[in-house]
Amino acid sequence: MYTQSMDIPDAAEKGPPESASAASELANAFEARIDADGRIEPQDWMPDNYRQTLVRQISQHAHSEIVGMLPEGNWISRAPSLKRKAILIAKVQDEAGHGLYLYSAAETLGTSREQMLEGLHSGRAKYSSIFNYPTLTWADVGVIGWLVDGAAIMNQVPLCRCSYGPYARAMVRVCKEESFHQRQGYEALLVMMKGTDEQRAMVQDATNRYWWKCLAMFGPPAADSPHSALAMRWGIKRISNDELRQKFVDATVPQAKVLGVTLPDPDLKWNEARQHYDYGEIDWQEFWTTVAGNGPCNKERLATRVKAHSDGQWVRDAAMAYARKYRERTITEAV
Amino acid sequence: MKANAAYLLHLADNAVVLGQRNSEWCGHGPILEEDIALANMSLDMIGQARLLYQLAATRIGGDASEDRLAYFRDASEYRNYTLLELPHNGPLVGYAVADRDYATTTVRNFLYGALMVLLWDGLQKSADEDLAAIAAKSLKEASYHLHHSRDWLIRFGDGTEESHARAQAAVDHLFAYSEEFWSDSVAESAAVDAGVGVDLRELRSAWDALVDETLTEAKLARPEVKGYLPSGKNGAHSEHLSYLLGEMQVLARAHPGGTW
Repeated sequence: MYTQSMDIPDAAEKGPPESASAASELANAFEARIDADGRIEPQDWMPDNYRQTLVRQISQHAHSEIVGMLPEGNWISRAPSLKRKAILIAKVQDEAGHGLYLYSAAETLGTSREQMLEGLHSGRAKYSSIFNYPTLTWADVGVIGWLVDGAAIMNQVPLCRCSYGPYARAMVRVCKEESFHQRQGYEALLVMMKGTDEQRAMVQDATNRYWWKCLAMFGPPAADSPHSALAMRWGIKRISNDELRQKFVDATVPQAKVLGVTLPDPDLKWNEARQHYDYGEIDWQEFWTTVAGNGPCNKERLATRVKAHSDGQWVRDAAMAYARKYRERTITEAV
Repeated sequence: MKANAAYLLHLADNAVVLGQRNSEWCGHGPILEEDIALANMSLDMIGQARLLYQLAATRIGGDASEDRLAYFRDASEYRNYTLLELPHNGPLVGYAVADRDYATTTVRNFLYGALMVLLWDGLQKSADEDLAAIAAKSLKEASYHLHHSRDWLIRFGDGTEESHARAQAAVDHLFAYSEEFWSDSVAESAAVDAGVGVDLRELRSAWDALVDETLTEAKLARPEVKGYLPSGKNGAHSEHLSYLLGEMQVLARAHPGGTW
């Protein structure tokens, strides 16, 4: 699942990267390949800003997958049937897998997983703000699948055509799995809507709490999005935040009707002239407050990741120590 | 030939309880790869439990279903080994809260995994064809679980001073619980007599050999076992199972008419 975060500067950054205008031959070759919609591979020369932008974006994406395991993982132990428990474990496991191959894709740019994790744990690197909200009922699990993963897919499908090869290829698999999650989440909600009044109320409540946050997930309009213009130029970003948001709204309104829930926006209505749904004003104040680290669960999410990592230090140390001993023994035996 | 429901429930309860326990690591693993591995093993266990409960439900009849059996039986009705319900830490009372310890998780998975590769192998020849089919599928999973926990146990035992101490403490804490494997239960005796179950006592020497060989490679000592014999498989559990089930069953029981 994902994330507005590609447009959000990490805490240590001063502002958007400068334009890559080096007139060298290498730079020209790079620009020519970008212009021809070609792929940049790890061994190719690339401007520092391009590399930094990608490391930031891919690591934010990986962090989002890992932190995103927590709100849904919150319901694994209490899943109301064994089938739903298995589906949820498999889903959260998929997110871990996405994290794994996104960290690997970022490592091809010369940054280690350890460095990226240090960025997350120190609070410098961002991750998707949607995961800083609590999952209060079982319906949240379904709604995260339906809306959060639905929004993620809108964001991610264009990334399969990203100019950086390893990222684009990782995204092909990520998108397939996210699309599966989205359908599973929606199906779980359909079943709940056929259940008791309490279950239906649970689904409506979760929809109310997540709808606006999902719209904000796409990030601020282009004018307020510090990295958008350059990322578009470089083929890292293909479609603007507002276009993606509109696409998501247009796709989701009919799904809400079939499900039988009301989307909590009195301004939401079909605009015949635009051939799109109009929607109300997003509370960007809340969005930026949460991005800045002051949402309802930021501190819990981050502290939990830091704890898992530091509690696991002895396990990683043991693996390294044993590998060293094993190698030494193998060499001794060989001699 | 059809296995008695009580025997199937014993096997299913083992799987669901350990599946529930191992899933507690999801999102909290010591490294991403292990997070994925633990979730995978948990999924295998939940899958085994589902098949066994479904089979038990057909044998019990009436309104029995996999979820009725998993979610609407109390701790005293569960028939899992006590070993599997313990939290991922050393000896503490039921309401104590402690950090999860990966050595405890690993040792438990190893002791149980070493049993299950032998038991599922034997059950492949069960006179109950449905159970034999579940055993054949589960054996492949248990072989991986054993492989995984054995590798890590050796890394811990022969890794750093800290990992060795943690692994030895976990072995010392958990080993006595494995004694339950070899004790009597009415359900097991009935299954053995009917030709659908496996007499675990016949597996003991193979289990001992596997465990001793691994502990030696891991440079860990096998503790002497004496005194109290746990008997979760007869319904006499530790303080921990009702907490585990209380959490697992809370939503299903709060909405007994719900569909999920």
